[in-house]
Amino acid sequence: MSSQASATTAPEKMWSGGHSPFNMRWGKMYMWIFLISDAFTFSSLIIAYGALRHRFADIWPDPDLVFTHFPFIHAHVPLMYVGLMTFILIMSSVTMVLAVDAGHRLKKAATLKWLGWTIVGGFLFLGSQAWEWYHFIKGSPEGAYVLADGRFARTDYLEPGILFFNDGTRVVGAEAEALKATAVKNIIGANLKENEYGNTPLFGDFFFFITGFHGFHVFSGVVLNIIVFIMVWRGVLERKKDYELVEKVGLYWHFVDLVWVFVFTFFYLV
Amino acid sequence: MTDMHHEVVSHASEEKAHSALNTKTIWKVFWILLLVTVFEVAISFTAIPKVVLIWTFIALTIVKSYYIVGYFMHLKFEEVPFQWTVLLPFVLIVYLIFIALYEGTALGLIPG
Repeated sequence: MSSQASATTAPEKMWSGGHSPFNMRWGKMYMWIFLISDAFTFSSLIIAYGALRHRFADIWPDPDLVFTHFPFIHAHVPLMYVGLMTFILIMSSVTMVLAVDAGHRLKKAATLKWLGWTIVGGFLFLGSQAWEWYHFIKGSPEGAYVLADGRFARTDYLEPGILFFNDGTRVVGAEAEALKATAVKNIIGANLKENEYGNTPLFGDFFFFITGFHGFHVFSGVVLNIIVFIMVWRGVLERKKDYELVEKVGLYWHFVDLVWVFVFTFFYLV
Repeated sequence: MTDMHHEVVSHASEEKAHSALNTKTIWKVFWILLLVTVFEVAISFTAIPKVVLIWTFIALTIVKSYYIVGYFMHLKFEEVPFQWTVLLPFVLIVYLIFIALYEGTALGLIPG
């Protein structure tokens, strides 16, 4: 008999039968398999970004001179805004774990509370990203100039009248005015073809594509969280005495947080 | 009797899996992630050479991934064969990083 077989087998021998090697239900495992494939997609995007940034290192913009805005502060504050976005996403990951934890204990009210905060965190993050995109696309009042000799000069909205180059050199006063007067082109803001941050469209392209792809994942996550929130609220999981659905969307949500950790490092820190 | 024994084993392991991630651990992981991020932002403003900074950021990113995947996504408390199933495919990603950066250096420089 099968029970006899499992009795003679030591529990440590994983593959000798009577024991599920993964000990996991299929729904949760399918979510994991999807996340592995999604992780490969994001890895490919970030590695492509890394390879091209490495190739064009000499003209690639310094992120500290691009993402300098912060609401209500008229100064250059690099990293603070994305730091805040990172904080929001980590925080919403914590509330998601607490929702999963409450679900394990079959506590409907607590699951709803924590899932609700996770949705709030998701909306805060999406709003922050919209603000970030707005400033990236709008750019500064004066933008950047492609000079007659082919060099790429940026302006600084806090110091009108100066021009600065990617290697750190600065030109001021009449000399700057003369260079501007003979400039071939003035670029303001960013789109897929050109941007005022550096003399390569790749910087803007990767920014839009990778943060956009991640942002769409966050949006999908918020939608999934809202669906599960409604299901919990209407007592669907309560009747089944099974809150594994919360765990499945939780896995997706943490994965979105994980991807942001990598985007934060490779787009803003490095 | 033997069935009972089996039940007890699997029930005990499930109990272990759940109790391993209590509210206290969740908040501990939160503080670790927050402090690592604050540390990263802080050192980016110092005069430490860029090469050292880049490798520090990459190492700390892997530390953060460990806590998110291990604790938040609960992988640390899943069965060992499942952990291998999830993690092993990423050897290919390491290989891809190597090819992309190695070949990327020559991109567009060799006449076609």
